[in-house]
Amino acid sequence: MASLFKQVGAVTSMNVRSIPQRAAMSIASIVAVALAISVLLFFLALSHGLSQTVEGSGSNDVAIVLRDGAGAELNSVVTRDQLNIIAQAPGVVHRGQTPMVSGELLVIVDGKKRSTNTNANMPFRGIGPEGLALRHNVHIVQGRMFRPGTNEIVVGAGLLREFSGFEFGRTIRLRGTTWQVVGVFEAPGTVFDSELWADVAVTQSLFNRPNVFQTMRVQMTSPAAVQSLKRFVHDDPRLQLQVLSEREYYAQQASQSTNGFTIIAWFLGVVMAIGALAGALNTMYASVAARSAEIATLRIIGFSGYAAFFGTMVEALMLSALGGVLGLVIAFIAFNGRTTSTLSSGFTQLVFKFELSPGIVISAVVVAIIIGVFGGFLPGIRAARVRPQLELAAQ
Amino acid sequence: MTDLIRLTDVEKTYTRGKEKIAIFERLSMHIPQGDFIAIMGPSGSGKTTLLNLLGGTDRVTRGQIEFDGKRIDKMNEGQLTNWRAQNVGFIFQFYNLMPILTAAQNVELPLLLTNLSQSKRRENVKTALNIVGLSDRARHKPREMSGGQQQRVAIARAIVADPKLLLCDEPTGDLDRTTADEVLGTLQLLNRDLGKTIVMVTHDAAAAKFAKRILHLDKGHFNEQELAA
Repeated sequence: MASLFKQVGAVTSMNVRSIPQRAAMSIASIVAVALAISVLLFFLALSHGLSQTVEGSGSNDVAIVLRDGAGAELNSVVTRDQLNIIAQAPGVVHRGQTPMVSGELLVIVDGKKRSTNTNANMPFRGIGPEGLALRHNVHIVQGRMFRPGTNEIVVGAGLLREFSGFEFGRTIRLRGTTWQVVGVFEAPGTVFDSELWADVAVTQSLFNRPNVFQTMRVQMTSPAAVQSLKRFVHDDPRLQLQVLSEREYYAQQASQSTNGFTIIAWFLGVVMAIGALAGALNTMYASVAARSAEIATLRIIGFSGYAAFFGTMVEALMLSALGGVLGLVIAFIAFNGRTTSTLSSGFTQLVFKFELSPGIVISAVVVAIIIGVFGGFLPGIRAARVRPQLELAAQ
Repeated sequence: MTDLIRLTDVEKTYTRGKEKIAIFERLSMHIPQGDFIAIMGPSGSGKTTLLNLLGGTDRVTRGQIEFDGKRIDKMNEGQLTNWRAQNVGFIFQFYNLMPILTAAQNVELPLLLTNLSQSKRRENVKTALNIVGLSDRARHKPREMSGGQQQRVAIARAIVADPKLLLCDEPTGDLDRTTADEVLGTLQLLNRDLGKTIVMVTHDAAAAKFAKRILHLDKGHFNEQELAA
């Protein structure tokens, strides 16, 4: 066994040290693996970043109320009467005498994407007086909050980075009405960072949706109280509504939004990995062919076929690992942490960051290893089957 | 003198499509320990096939080959590989050194198949390079050496594990006369002083004269045998 290790070590060392003699093919193989890995990472980072943003938006102790059967805010309707009933439900937090609830209306307005200068749908949310307090990680970073009853809006910092036309201090026209941007808020890593906010009553009035909300947010005393509210709503025949914790709601939204990207990531990743695998096979077959006289010589001397096999496998794994590392470097430099936007399940733009996680990096490493293993296996068998004959050694 | 190798009724045929090509039919020979044989013959006469059979790198179709009293024709691939590593040194026409390795590393290769320690391996490599007169070239790579020097490194590699048998396939085919004579002189020395049994295939009559015996192989049979001068 010790002899076999020494043989494998010697053959591997020779293979690896002779890679520069096959530089062009080896580099092509490394680049092919790097491209496959970086494309896979691109979509997985996109999917993960989007998922993190959407999922990170929710709290366990804030309930979101929608029309029963509505899959998203845009399909939902909640009346003022229903809002008033729920505001009196047990477990709702009160600030003084005021229940911490916010009836909200989400409408779509036009914006311009900075990178492409094309029109895009912006989420414009009317929120109640308690709307800001219901969102724990939101801070005004420039200007101030809008005043109730006025045509003032505040804009999310993420939206401002990606889209133009809503800069602080600007007066803008939306659906024939003039609005003043009076503040910028930050809600890092959440969907709210991509929204415009205004007073819900003004929004209802100026967008012709009197007394209609789409959702209602309710600050509950605890996550368990959200479950109590679900039973409360279920038991009241006037409330044909569904209650979810914000976290549940955004987890559902996240899976709808990110499943497609994850499928694309793996589909493209696998297709490109197959391409890279073809490249790796080609490189390794060429490597075995170029070294067939050397392999035959070693076999004649007494080296085993296993040494030839493992030497080829290790070379393939090494090239593949180099490609994987290059793919990771490209991913980290080119897009990890970069902000982008996409159409969310609410048909509005959602700003988020590409985000590589340890799990994603491990996935990429596994894919690179798989390419290396499969890329080295068949050529390795060919190397092991090189006959130890003088005619072959003389070629 | 006891026989190191004994071939009895060896038959070797190849199949090309539906055609069977017989290289040897009932070939018998014996090679005593310490012999130095040159095998000559026209192309296609079976010289290299014979070398492959003697070295356990090819198998007989029928018949038997004994080495030091053991049947090597009965061994499986793994046993043959180990047997080669322990008993046979090969010297090739084009030296077949690993271009990426130094002379010392090339010579060390057969020792990686043994259980010798690194220091013992180094010692043996040094001795082998001394025997072929190349101890000052230990750290040179093949491309930094002449053809004759490369062949002497190959000889050092062939003898470093102290095999009983050296098989040489046209060892001077790529060398000029003077260098060839130096290399052949080294083989003679290994035969005479270290008792190595040598079987050398060559087209070169001058090279063959360095052997103790010359066997002429034609159409699968030795039809002439003479003692070298």
